[in-house]
Amino acid sequence: MIYYLKYDVQAICKRLIQEQLNNTGVNYCLLNANEVDINQSLPKDFFNNLNSVLTTLGIEMVSTQKSILVLKIKEAVVDLVKVEDKAILSKTSHYLAKRLNHSYRYLSGVFSQETYTTIENYIILQRVERAKEMISTDELTFTEIAWKLNYSSVGHFSMQFKNTTGFTPTFFKKLIMQRRANAVLSALK
Amino acid sequence: MIKNEIILVLLADDDKDDCADFIEAFESLKIKTVVTTVKNGIDLMKYLTDPSVQIPHLLFLDLNMPKKSGLDCLVEIKQIEKLKDMTVVIYSTSSAEKDMEDTFLKGANVYLKKPAHLTVLKKLLSHILTINWQYHTAALNRDNFLLRL
Repeated sequence: MIYYLKYDVQAICKRLIQEQLNNTGVNYCLLNANEVDINQSLPKDFFNNLNSVLTTLGIEMVSTQKSILVLKIKEAVVDLVKVEDKAILSKTSHYLAKRLNHSYRYLSGVFSQETYTTIENYIILQRVERAKEMISTDELTFTEIAWKLNYSSVGHFSMQFKNTTGFTPTFFKKLIMQRRANAVLSALK
Repeated sequence: MIKNEIILVLLADDDKDDCADFIEAFESLKIKTVVTTVKNGIDLMKYLTDPSVQIPHLLFLDLNMPKKSGLDCLVEIKQIEKLKDMTVVIYSTSSAEKDMEDTFLKGANVYLKKPAHLTVLKKLLSHILTINWQYHTAALNRDNFLLRL
């Protein structure tokens, strides 16, 4: 029997960070899964050591203001994509500006400068990624996925999916399922 | 952040003109890359399995190479543990559906039909690098990283 694993990434990360920081013995306060307040200035060596341990776990400590803002925008977008409230989804720029307390113009400027892509593209990417997750868990129909992600129709969803990935949702599903079957076969060998 | 980061690209192609196109396109992008080239599949596998070599972020692999084809290399690469997270971009001048499907089933992330014009190539490469970067940084599920251009 093959089981598909769903993760609560936030919970896992929080746990990991707590473990690592407890090891170091510094005074810290975990504001949320993405922000740590360390109530003492860290010696450079100490910071570098901690950062290199965290890097091996796929975690990066960022402290410059613009980088932090970019991470916050990304986090907001990920949340945004999970929201099913149509009123919020139709005004994403308002939502981001309000949540992050900066004008949208400023946010999009910083974002483009730091990442070489735009917030709009990032939202599309995240939406499509979420669609991919839903397709690969094989619990929802394309119509349901389109509705959940606030596309006006399944046609619109399929079109954006095709434009972003180069595949129709149907073909993508076929590929993912077949790749998974191949992986299982080779694991059994 | 991407601003200070240099992307390591490995290019495997026997055709000098193709290599030159790719290198020129990479150099024109805002995203900084260091491009290394190998001329065939055998050199490619030698390079990737050399322990002193830093594993590239992306491999651009020509489907049609002498000695060892791109597809054979792909199959071998996917069996090597330390190369699992390297993004593999297969490119070819053919747009045969069968080739395309085959490469994805064997583990490629991106299938690029090499465009005739350099300006289009630049745009596509920039797109690939940006998306790859998102997978690299935003904790996206790499199993779902499939892109056809």
